[in-house]
Amino acid sequence: MATYLEFIQQNEERDGVRFSWNVWPSSRLEATRMVVPLACLLTPLKERPDLPPVQYEPVLCSRPTCKAVLNPLCQVDYRAKLWACNFCFQRNQFPPAYGGISEVNQPAELMPQFSTIEYVIQRGAQSPLIFLYVVDTCLEEDDLQALKESLQMSLSLLPPDALVGLITFGRMVQVHELSCEGISKSYVFRGTKDLTAKQIQDMLGLTKPAMPMQQARPAQPQEHPFASSRFLQPVHKIDMNLTDLLGELQRDPWPVTQGKRPLRSTGVALSIAVGLLEGTFPNTGARIMLFTGGPPTQGPGMVVGDELKIPIRSWHDIEKDNARFMKKATKHYEMLANRTAANGHCIDIYACALDQTGLLEMKCCANLTGGYMVMGDSFNTSLFKQTFQRIFTKDFNGDFRMAFGATLDVKTSRELKIAGAIGPCVSLNVKGPCVSENELGVGGTSQWKICGLDPTSTLGIYFEVVNQFMFHLRRSPFLQVFNNSPDESSYYRHHFARQDLTQSLIMIQPILYSYSFHGPPEPVLLDSSSILADRILLMDTFFQIVIYLGETIAQWRKAGYQDMPEYENFKHLLQAPLDDAQEILQARFPMPRYINTEHGGSQARFLLSKVNPSQTHNNLYAWGQETGAPILTDDVSLQVFMDHLKKLAVSSAC
Amino acid sequence: MSQQGYVATPPYSQPQPGIGLSPPHYGHYGDPSHTASPTGMMKPAGPLGATATRGMLPPGPPPPGPHQFGQNGAHATGHPPQRFPGPPPVNNVASSHAPYQPSAQSSYPGPISTSSVTQLGSQLSAMQINSYGSGMAPPSQGPPGPLSATSLQTPPRPPQPSILQPGSQVLPPPPTTLNGPGASPLPLPMYRPDGLSGPPPPNAQYQPPPLPGQTLGAGYPPQQANSGPQMAGAQLSYPGGFPGGPAQMAGPPQPQKKLDPDSIPSPIQVIENDRASRGGQVYATNTRGQIPPLVTTDCMIQDQGNASPRFIRCTTYCFPCTSDMAKQAQIPLAAVIKPFATIPSNESPLYLVNHGESGPVRCNRCKAYMCPFMQFIEGGRRYQCGFCNCVNDVPPFYFQHLDHIGRRLDHYEKPELSLGSYEYVATLDYCRSKPPNPPAFIFMIDVSYSNIKNGLVKLICEELKTMLEKIPKEEQEETSAIRVGFITYNKVLHFFNVKSNLAQPQMMVVTDVGEVFVPLLDGFLVNYQESQSVIHNLLDQIPDMFADSNENETVFAPVIQAGMEALKAADCPGKLFIFHSSLPTAEAPGKLKNRDDKKLVNTDKEKILFQPQTNVYDSLAKDCVAHGCSVTLFLFPSQYVDVASLGLVPQLTGGTLYKYNNFQMHLDRQQFLNDLRNDIEKKIGFDAIMRVRTSTGFRATDFFGGILMNNTTDVEMAAIDCDKAVTVEFKHDDKLSEDSGALIQCAVLYTTISGQRRLRIHNLGLNCSSQLADLYKSCETDALINFFAKSAFKAVLHQPLKVIREILVNQTAHMLACYRKNCASPSAASQLILPDSMKVLPVYMNCLLKNCVLLSRPEISTDERAYQRQLVMTMGVADSQLFFYPQLLPIHTLDVKSTMLPAAVRCSESRLSEEGIFLLANGLHMFLWLGVSSPPELIQGIFNVPSFAHINTDMTLLPEVGNPYSQQLRMIMGIIQQKRPYSMKLTIVKQREQPEMVFRQFLVEDKGLYGGSSYVDFLCCVHKEICQLLN
Repeated sequence: MATYLEFIQQNEERDGVRFSWNVWPSSRLEATRMVVPLACLLTPLKERPDLPPVQYEPVLCSRPTCKAVLNPLCQVDYRAKLWACNFCFQRNQFPPAYGGISEVNQPAELMPQFSTIEYVIQRGAQSPLIFLYVVDTCLEEDDLQALKESLQMSLSLLPPDALVGLITFGRMVQVHELSCEGISKSYVFRGTKDLTAKQIQDMLGLTKPAMPMQQARPAQPQEHPFASSRFLQPVHKIDMNLTDLLGELQRDPWPVTQGKRPLRSTGVALSIAVGLLEGTFPNTGARIMLFTGGPPTQGPGMVVGDELKIPIRSWHDIEKDNARFMKKATKHYEMLANRTAANGHCIDIYACALDQTGLLEMKCCANLTGGYMVMGDSFNTSLFKQTFQRIFTKDFNGDFRMAFGATLDVKTSRELKIAGAIGPCVSLNVKGPCVSENELGVGGTSQWKICGLDPTSTLGIYFEVVNQFMFHLRRSPFLQVFNNSPDESSYYRHHFARQDLTQSLIMIQPILYSYSFHGPPEPVLLDSSSILADRILLMDTFFQIVIYLGETIAQWRKAGYQDMPEYENFKHLLQAPLDDAQEILQARFPMPRYINTEHGGSQARFLLSKVNPSQTHNNLYAWGQETGAPILTDDVSLQVFMDHLKKLAVSSAC
Repeated sequence: MSQQGYVATPPYSQPQPGIGLSPPHYGHYGDPSHTASPTGMMKPAGPLGATATRGMLPPGPPPPGPHQFGQNGAHATGHPPQRFPGPPPVNNVASSHAPYQPSAQSSYPGPISTSSVTQLGSQLSAMQINSYGSGMAPPSQGPPGPLSATSLQTPPRPPQPSILQPGSQVLPPPPTTLNGPGASPLPLPMYRPDGLSGPPPPNAQYQPPPLPGQTLGAGYPPQQANSGPQMAGAQLSYPGGFPGGPAQMAGPPQPQKKLDPDSIPSPIQVIENDRASRGGQVYATNTRGQIPPLVTTDCMIQDQGNASPRFIRCTTYCFPCTSDMAKQAQIPLAAVIKPFATIPSNESPLYLVNHGESGPVRCNRCKAYMCPFMQFIEGGRRYQCGFCNCVNDVPPFYFQHLDHIGRRLDHYEKPELSLGSYEYVATLDYCRSKPPNPPAFIFMIDVSYSNIKNGLVKLICEELKTMLEKIPKEEQEETSAIRVGFITYNKVLHFFNVKSNLAQPQMMVVTDVGEVFVPLLDGFLVNYQESQSVIHNLLDQIPDMFADSNENETVFAPVIQAGMEALKAADCPGKLFIFHSSLPTAEAPGKLKNRDDKKLVNTDKEKILFQPQTNVYDSLAKDCVAHGCSVTLFLFPSQYVDVASLGLVPQLTGGTLYKYNNFQMHLDRQQFLNDLRNDIEKKIGFDAIMRVRTSTGFRATDFFGGILMNNTTDVEMAAIDCDKAVTVEFKHDDKLSEDSGALIQCAVLYTTISGQRRLRIHNLGLNCSSQLADLYKSCETDALINFFAKSAFKAVLHQPLKVIREILVNQTAHMLACYRKNCASPSAASQLILPDSMKVLPVYMNCLLKNCVLLSRPEISTDERAYQRQLVMTMGVADSQLFFYPQLLPIHTLDVKSTMLPAAVRCSESRLSEEGIFLLANGLHMFLWLGVSSPPELIQGIFNVPSFAHINTDMTLLPEVGNPYSQQLRMIMGIIQQKRPYSMKLTIVKQREQPEMVFRQFLVEDKGLYGGSSYVDFLCCVHKEICQLLN
């Protein structure tokens, strides 16, 4: 343990926890002066290859209101076989199985390196995972084809006993029956009519047994009731059928006239998907995977009308209170998201379109349920294809990197209270002495439900803030809506809220690497002055990976030097950032947009918009030198920002 | 109903004796007091009308006519001598015919009914009149009751044999002898209306013979007083009197046998006469107001300027000039229009006129279409509209010079100038907004438990595969433009995607029946040829798909809604074929409950049973019509299904309702398949609007049929096929002139099966006359009955049946009394005198009254009544004629060498014989009745079994035996079935076995099983009414 910093990093590596302050304020007064709240980022399922799960149940504090888990920080009396709860100071007897306990024979949960421990609970029947595909059919032919192929491919990635279901939607919503032989059968719903869960289940024949002979059977959703099996079937049984069914999927058969958007019933489709799972498999792990290629244009949850001449709402419209569908739609999706969360299911949104698709309104579906949100230009891009594939990757144990139905329970000692959590969670409304009156994020509770999470899911975001970050945070798409559509903002914020420290830092302040003949690749300032003619820059903004060739480099490449044996070093120079980018692309979820550009290229804007505009058209001549590239912006530079900040700090101190 | 009178004639609420004796009429005679005191002798010198009024006066002193009629027993004795004194009718006939024959021949190809006036004496015996039937029937069937006893002494109607001579039947036994104080027998025949039938009759000529008039007049007044009260009593004596109950039958004087059935007018004889005189000939429609052959007569029709009677038939071909006259006669002025009637292959099909973008030439004011009634003037530059008299410019493209008689030179080149019926290609102005798409057929199969179980679903699916090959197409086209779609349903709906590029059909279930919608557009309605393999695949799978279904509940309104929405979405008209089995009790719009309450029968609330249970179906029908969606319903009920509600949409959308009670595969299969095939293949027009225009002075006021009217003039029909007729009633709104006559133009705008918008125009010119006699002479009873049936059946929804029956009886009596009073030669009031054209009106009217719709009897199924009510509403004249008076053919007398149908016999049990085999058909049912002593060789020949006892009656198809009897019989059945809209199910009935009861209901001249009087009794009743009116 060399430095304090390394200690902190090591802790994060081990426990998935990183605090905003690593020193406790000693008093309440001190705490209030901190400005930056005391907080931590928690990655509950952080992958720990070195940490084997223990195959028994945790020992809990016997005080009914506490029930804290025995942990290395507890005081243990090995002779009396007692332990003291470090939260409520209750003294607890070890259970009989711990009879042989001693200083040298400790259970794992008392060892210091097991400050994080994973128990495998043996209780309860194992229920299969459920994947319910909700597919938009109002796509262009090649887009639909690509999506169909991705979906067909995904069947081979699912665990064989997982249940799959298929809902397609366009002007109507179709719930496909998967069990039948011969004629393919689907239940069709009007895309404009909102239905209650009860109605949906009635119409799908899921509630009352249609035939008298079944009357005796009580409704036991857990046991795969006969009815629901028509819509959700184990993959291994119907993958051939489903592959054919997906293959025969047609574009929405309703004609779309000139000047209109296709009628897309996303709101009802989601509502039916939620209702279907709610009635059949509540509180089991289930993903509703929504694939959509455009905004909802009719029915509950519609975001924009079908007249193409009226564009989808922009930030400008929202500010002017001119987004007539937004509130209603948001309410609709929030209602669905809350229901889904209550059922323990999660909703993924894969939205691929050039224009906005209504992520702003739908964001809560993914945010509250721990679902994924992926945004792309088309389903026929590697961004979508690989991202989608990555969802089904497995860890070193061969397990899917996804978990469902988590409950996060935070206990604190008396000196501390819980203000809230931010992340893909909903409150379970468990009040207790350790719950603060002040809410921050989802507060007022010490327990949260996380319907879906993966090893990188991180909750509770409080920043270790330095000024430079503030500058970039100000400019980041999380706060800056200029030049971002509401959908894009929702998308960025979604990911920001669920990534760990490193990743969120990248999102706020992109990383810029420089490759040149002057030395090994090095990180450089995210500043326009870093853009030099003889450099290759690699920028990682989390959502984008940009490779930028400086002017000279680009000319050299154009001249074809890299192909000449005597300039092999130039070839290596060109290759280096590509390799590095590839590495990032492989690991990142969702897969970033990959941009390979050069000086003067149109795509260079991705880089130019991120760097600190130390040289602009306003001050270019003042600075005068050859260094850097001027950025055409009126935005203030870091220098100006800092000056202003200092002024404020001083004046407020007075 | 605007007024209580369902036929829109003045109700009979005040039974004034003055039938049509409106003051103005009397005004002619100066003193209205005549009415009050009939004593006032009429001078016979006046014009016909004047004499007529006299006829109304009570009979002369001796035997008060009505009185006699009722109590013949008592009075008979008094009159026996009177009975025969008359000279043999033969002579009369001869003499009477002589003068008129020439004229008659000039107007008609053959001698028409020779019997001019049928006179019925109040005494049965008086009924010698009936002589027509004499040829066939035994001279006297049993002693004619007490009366006859007295008359027995006299030789058994000697006249009859003599009357046999062709053409001269009925000669009224000299009525004088019978009733009157020596009313002149001889002059009487002079009045025969048929004698008058020459083209434009110079009415003035008809001066009543002075003599009879005078004699008649003499002694009446006193009688009147007497007979009045007596008549009341007399009523008792009519068996099954109207609308009295059976109780009356017990009346002391049992007059049952008083009338010899052979002596009363025989429908069979009338039909045969017309057939003999006009059958097989060419009937050219070149003359205004000419009376066409009867519907039962086969002839070839040549359109020479008026629409063929296949398209339009009228209740009378001569309209009264004034509304007063019309009110006086109370003869409904109506036309039965069957705009898409099938044209036999030997007649020329309708010409299609195409004026390109200019469209049809129409009158600027009344919008009537160019037709033979337009008069070109000013050298052809202008024309005067025959309907509104507006003078229009001839459009330049249409100009043509006139010849020396003022006719356009291209008269014979242009169908619209020389023909009564033709079609126009409609321009875009006649379309909803753009040219229509070709129509679609949607097949909607109820796959609930019962339909699966009895094999119906399998049958339908199997047969559709071949039937769909026969979807109608334009003659010049290779394949049909009509697209097809499929839906199955129980309490949810299943749509099928049968797009041609699919490997398998796809099923889409719509469970939201509360607000049904169409789940797909592309792939639902397809071209049959293109998607044949997918469709066959589907039809093969449907029965299996639902084989295990236990679903008993069905929906109905959502099914229609779905079909209609599908057509709407596809923006095309079309027809739904629904195969349904049960009362729709599932939770959905249009849900019905069993409300079959027999307690309502015979109460003022009985009409409720005929009304739909909910107004859902009414508004649904309106939607359907608005989108050109016609609904044809095949019902397979095993219990009450509320036909009144389910049938409403088919009725209002120009569809057809078929009903197969307790469908059994082996018995009903063929009937159903024939119906289905026929319905799929039949000629049909979609999304139609009909407009009936008339010349000034009268207009169409009421319409009956499978139609919907949103205003008073436009008749909207989602579809109209070759079997559907619309009956239109006309009323005066001004005087008509004899010169210009009464012109009718019926224009139907519709979409063809290939999606072309067309106009079909039918024109018909009728005569007008100020003489009642002309009116009576030009009536057509078959059309009258069609009108009466439809108007009565429509009234059933709003009025108590009792009132309707009374109105029918009253109006019958009124029409006849008016004739008697105004047109017939003077004779004793006790004599029943029928105009020649209405000879069989009483028997047909009786059949109508006995129809189960009008008969308030709890024994009859409510559904059956509703069903028949609906059927009749769209019937053409030929169908209603057969329906109300079935055809009864003796089979045992079959001449196996002849291809002619055997001569029919009257529908009465007395015509059957133990040794005989009879075939009865009414358009819905067919019965083969076997007498217990049927000839074994026939039984062998037909059934291929040795004896009567071996015949298995559990069949609906005759075995195909190589025997000539069998072949001949099956051929006959084929002929009868031909051209009938419904396939008739054959029932084999053995004499004296239980099922015979069903058969007997169709012997309509007899007293009905469930009430309803016999023909004879009804005639007596009508006569009594007439007498009452005349008094």
